[in-house]
Amino acid sequence: MKCVLILGASSDIAKAAARQYARKGATIFLAGRNEEALTGFSKDLSIRHNVIAKFVRFDADDVKSHASFYKGISPVPDVVICAFGYLGDQAVAQNNWDECNRIIQANYTGAVSILNLVANDMETRKSGVIIGVSSVAGDRGRQSNYIYGSAKAGFTSYLSGLRNRLFKSGVHVVTVKPGFVDTKMTNGLKLPAPLTAQPDQVASKMINAADKKKNEIYVLWMWRWVMLIIKSVPEGVFKKLKL
Amino acid sequence: MRSKKDITNWGKYPVAEANEFVFDSETNLKKIIESSPSSPFIARGAGRCYGDASLGENIVSTLHYTNILEFDPVRGEIFCEAGVTLEELIEVILPKGYFLPVTPGTKFITVGGAVASDIHGKNHHKEGSFSAHIIYMEIYAADGKIYRASRTENVDLFEATCGGMGLTGIILRVKFGLKKVESAYIKQITARARNLDEIFDLFEEHRSCTYSMSWIDCFQKGSKLGRSIMYAGEHATLEDLDTKKKKNPLYVPAKRKLTVPFNLPSITLNPLSIRAFNFLYYNKSPKNRHVGLVDYDTFFYPLDAILHWNRMYGKSGFVQYQFVLPLDVSKKGLTEILTRINKRNMGSFLAVLKLFGKQDDLISFPMEGYTLALDFAVRKGLFEFLDELDKVVMDLGGRIYLSKDARMKSDFFWKSYPKINQFAETIRKYNPSSTFASEQSARLQLTNHYHKK
Ligand SMILES: Cc1cc2nc3c(=O)[nH]c(=O)nc-3n(C[C@H](O)[C@H](O)[C@H](O)COP(=O)(O)OP(=O)(O)OC[C@H]3O[C@@H](n4cnc5c(N)ncnc54)[C@H](O)[C@@H]3O)c2cc1C
Repeated sequence: MKCVLILGASSDIAKAAARQYARKGATIFLAGRNEEALTGFSKDLSIRHNVIAKFVRFDADDVKSHASFYKGISPVPDVVICAFGYLGDQAVAQNNWDECNRIIQANYTGAVSILNLVANDMETRKSGVIIGVSSVAGDRGRQSNYIYGSAKAGFTSYLSGLRNRLFKSGVHVVTVKPGFVDTKMTNGLKLPAPLTAQPDQVASKMINAADKKKNEIYVLWMWRWVMLIIKSVPEGVFKKLKL
Repeated sequence: MRSKKDITNWGKYPVAEANEFVFDSETNLKKIIESSPSSPFIARGAGRCYGDASLGENIVSTLHYTNILEFDPVRGEIFCEAGVTLEELIEVILPKGYFLPVTPGTKFITVGGAVASDIHGKNHHKEGSFSAHIIYMEIYAADGKIYRASRTENVDLFEATCGGMGLTGIILRVKFGLKKVESAYIKQITARARNLDEIFDLFEEHRSCTYSMSWIDCFQKGSKLGRSIMYAGEHATLEDLDTKKKKNPLYVPAKRKLTVPFNLPSITLNPLSIRAFNFLYYNKSPKNRHVGLVDYDTFFYPLDAILHWNRMYGKSGFVQYQFVLPLDVSKKGLTEILTRINKRNMGSFLAVLKLFGKQDDLISFPMEGYTLALDFAVRKGLFEFLDELDKVVMDLGGRIYLSKDARMKSDFFWKSYPKINQFAETIRKYNPSSTFASEQSARLQLTNHYHKK
């Protein structure tokens, strides 16, 4: 049966994906920092779905630990989901390098570091799927969150390059741009209902994309059009907008 | 950034403007509680209590704290986080030959809610309330510590948490015993009662039956007062099943659910439509005693088949009035209350009668006697009418179920729960500065430092 490694497994999207893969009988590695929550979740998955599920400590920021972390995953994963990220605070990040760097690390540097290892391994094995959870915020930089957005833009480009490189080895790369998602992070924010997806929806779309070898997906179709419009506004006009 | 939301429970009355917090670990919970030490918090599960018990300015939702941590199919024990719902548990335990030891009339509640209300089911007269099956639980108290509580460890905390409506702290994890079953079916007896005397006789006759409850038509008067249908049941054994069901005894095929898509105009449920419904319902039931096989969903959760049925009562919502009367005065009290309902044409669409067995816990609702639950749409004059009923209940030594309450006056509450002083004392011990308080606890003057801004 399939083995799935989820990096950043305590987000709601990651948990929904873990449940859906467990329902299909996959072995699940839950990687992240929140040991208490993820150990509990691994027990829950094993009890509810009768599968093997394990917590593995993983810190995206600590790039030096990535090689030994990945070596420790056995059996080797058929699917790797890169779900970690950090929204951060744009206003703080503009003045504070630590916050700014944290955003870049968590959304770009850390992801590149671990996925390099995964990619090399899958390339030699000539099989595997990598799913990267990026963001619509990476489609165009806006004043309200361009530090996060630019890190995600970097990640989106990285994934597309990786897809291009690994195609000939039969390894598939999926880029997911969820848009607004109703999660514990956004709880309390007023999100526009038609543009807001449920974590379960995001998970099933991305699993479907992995199965069907789709390359880049938005979760709700509206987002494709919203982002198309946002991307097509000429820069001369765009710079004057309050976005 | 964080904005308040309007939150209501099942009765859609009252509405609270609240901050909602979620947690997925003890560490996160501690951060939330310690981030604003001045304002009170209240735990909230699935919001299936009817009134304001899980409402307050700062709501700590358990709906992201939902791991099942242990399931021992040999001993029949489960250990889980408080936000797991009964529906989810059934999915895990029934295929392994177990059922819940006690279940309310809906499976859409959480384990935390089951403990905090010390819920009762149709088997109370034989198997007690939920707390009778708890092995131990872990509670996050106001001092930031986690206490393990059971009938032998931190006993005062255990007793005040069962039925304590979230006022001792946040229930984190619960271990409890399950019931072994051979099938997902119930052998059901249906019997008609023409009046109150007959239904009391039926309850007595079925005392040895594991499950029993009856539905009363509140519009009947005189010699027909208390006309009702009794449903009694036992878990079906393999022998009770036909060959087809025997092949897959622990599995019930999924059924389609109906949804009430929006709040219906409040006129939908009027005395006339309720009378018509009651007439049809009574007359479609078998005239003579009938024994049949139904699946567990149909037997325990008939209302869950209609999602959002609470929207039938319209925008202003409804309250459920559930009281219990001591056994020796039950008939007298029910006659009095049903007569008053009739006189005022206040008939309730759902009216459920049950017989409780003995229970003598600190703050739990059940006591030996009959309990009746009635639904009333919120409208002018209702609360005055319910105050009148409170008086009848109080004079007979009965009380009201906190989990359904949205309007009871505090002096009635303090007079009707005999061990209330001891309960209040334990709350003061574990929750001295009202770190945990709800709109209900403020109304009932159980917590004193509730700051309404
Ligand atoms: C259709 C229907 C039928 C019902 N039938 C019955 C019945 O037959 N018998 C019966 O006893 N009840 C019945 N109920 C009531 C229901 O079982 C209780 O109100 C139950 O407590 C609801 O649980 P919840 O998870 O929705 O909790 P909520 O409604 O959110 O909260 C209820 C109370 O529990 C507290 N609470 C919840 N979680 C925690 C926690 N983790 N820690 C501390 N406190 C917590 C809240 O503060 C609040 O005081 C019924 C309700 C409905 C809607």
